[in-house]
Amino acid sequence: MSAIDFDRFQGAARYIAEDTLLSDVNAAIALGRPLLVRGEPGTGKTMLAHAIAESLEMPLLSWHVKSTTTAQEGRYHYDVVQRLNDSRFGDIDGIDVRDIRRYIKLGVLGQAFTAPQQVVLLIDEIDKADVEFPNDLLRELDEMAFTIPELDETVRAEKRPVTIITSNAEKELPDAFLRRCVFHFIRFPEPERVLRIIDAHMPNLEERLIHAAVTRFYEVRRVNGLRKKPSTSELLDWLVVLASAGVRPQEIAKRMPFLSVLVKQEKDLEVLGRRFGQA
Amino acid sequence: MFDLLLLNLRRRDLKVGLGEWMAFLDGVGKGLAVDLDSLYRLGRAVLVHQESQFDDWDLAFTATFEGVEVDEKLSKALDEWLQDARNTAGDLTDIELEDDELRRQFYERLKEQKERHDGGSKWVGSGGTSPFGTGGRASKGIQVGGGGGRRAIQVAGERQWADYRQDRRLEHRDFEVALRALRSLTREGPMELDVDDTIKRTADNAGDIDLVFRRKRVNRVHLRLIMDTGGSMSPHTRLVTQLFTAAQEVKGFKSFEAWYFHNAPYGQLYESFETRQRKPIEELLRDWTPQHRVVFVGDASMAPYELFEPWGYGGMTDRRTQLSGLDWLKRIRTRCPASVWLNPDPKRWWRHPTVEAIGAVFPMHSLTLAGLRDAIRTLRRGGH
Repeated sequence: MSAIDFDRFQGAARYIAEDTLLSDVNAAIALGRPLLVRGEPGTGKTMLAHAIAESLEMPLLSWHVKSTTTAQEGRYHYDVVQRLNDSRFGDIDGIDVRDIRRYIKLGVLGQAFTAPQQVVLLIDEIDKADVEFPNDLLRELDEMAFTIPELDETVRAEKRPVTIITSNAEKELPDAFLRRCVFHFIRFPEPERVLRIIDAHMPNLEERLIHAAVTRFYEVRRVNGLRKKPSTSELLDWLVVLASAGVRPQEIAKRMPFLSVLVKQEKDLEVLGRRFGQA
Repeated sequence: MFDLLLLNLRRRDLKVGLGEWMAFLDGVGKGLAVDLDSLYRLGRAVLVHQESQFDDWDLAFTATFEGVEVDEKLSKALDEWLQDARNTAGDLTDIELEDDELRRQFYERLKEQKERHDGGSKWVGSGGTSPFGTGGRASKGIQVGGGGGRRAIQVAGERQWADYRQDRRLEHRDFEVALRALRSLTREGPMELDVDDTIKRTADNAGDIDLVFRRKRVNRVHLRLIMDTGGSMSPHTRLVTQLFTAAQEVKGFKSFEAWYFHNAPYGQLYESFETRQRKPIEELLRDWTPQHRVVFVGDASMAPYELFEPWGYGGMTDRRTQLSGLDWLKRIRTRCPASVWLNPDPKRWWRHPTVEAIGAVFPMHSLTLAGLRDAIRTLRRGGH
């Protein structure tokens, strides 16, 4: 096999990726392993899955993990309550309570495994869930299969979904889980790439405005003691506000207009206010 | 060469497992690594799982491939070696073997390979004078050297991931994440309806509603943070403040209190140094139980008499009980065995009589990310 077969993901039109990200995505696809993406908030981890789906022209299935999410929710849900209700009160024609399939609903994993074509599966913010959550998914990620005991059936993916897992590294992920993933760490982009990102999103912005704003943006990121450093998405928001308010580039260099778009935490605003002489 | 890479990785404490190693070889076999540059990227993606270990990967990679000479024969040898390793891997994974046995066989195979290869010319050496060279691209297998190779070595040599190492100093967020691991949840809270069990019991009960209740999960950990301030601790103020805010912000501790002392606690702890509000340790210890988790933060270094003598430091002497600072520390430790000491000073400064004496009372960890994690593990074990 040649390398070209796997070199499928080239980055989507609006997603400006590092070289190593492209090769890591392709390695994950070729090896059939999930890609674990970690990085600061706002470095485009979730966007990556969208970009891959767009570029490979595959449907995207997203599973947004919350603190209460369990692995079972991803597999399937057996709606006992509905069945109970139907068995007692369901007089509607055509409902066969004896048919258990009627009450088994596939979760996102189940849908991804049974999809007629290969899909991109996004498991977003896996670190939000309980510590044991990733361990509960080991078999699913290894074999891309799970069993439904109620039906005595195994759901198995014909075509392994391109699996992207994102994490903010809030919790440490278990070793056994990490060993099954291809790992990519998104670094905060350097100014050059930030400029390309801005260009991809807002091609018609005045160059001097961009220059002034980006300079200020990196100044803010360098300030010590910030709770949350502003990220690219906040920079993009800031630029939109600056442009639509008609702020002149010189003003950005003098003071910090609309600072609260860039920095959201009150304590951070205080810190910056002291630093730049305006709250 | 690949066994050397594995060896170098293990030497740098990167615990590469058999599964990842096979996946790595699989990737090479599938043509994902056509030169050193892509080999570097593939290896890092598959074999390394944390950005904090990227630096170790860079170092191991440089150690393995720096000074590698380009040789047509080498590419071929590598190709064969890989082919062989892949076949072996296939055989091995087919058979159900104990993990250790699998590993042993794999390493034996590696050893054989090494001997066979080393019989020929020497192909790894740091003394090689010729650079990586160009051209000589083999049609398949790995190309060693070439423009790409030089780049990979350069990239690895730049050590741009050094900042991400685990022994770097802490940030606010890291504190929070680490402290969160201290929580221990138990079902002791108020009653709540257990929906799942209710449904199950109702179904078992042929549809007659059967309500099930259970207690809510609560965190039963009491945390006490006791911090040294002033004097030699001044350079660490920012770090200690961050630890304090993080501990305050981690929600869900059953109780959290912060106390201060200077040098060593002499009979009393301060609620705040500005207001000089304080409380006798004896009184505090009556409230604290062995279930309380106690975290000391301090550099533990002072003049010996300040720790070992009952008249201690300046006006803070405790003449009544005739107990030294060290005695008070021991008392706290006896009452709350789940206690640790975090030291912001680098470890090489710990060879100091008072640091060693305090280190004999409390398990001492450095105030770094790795150290804090160790400390939390110690606390979870009950302080040992």
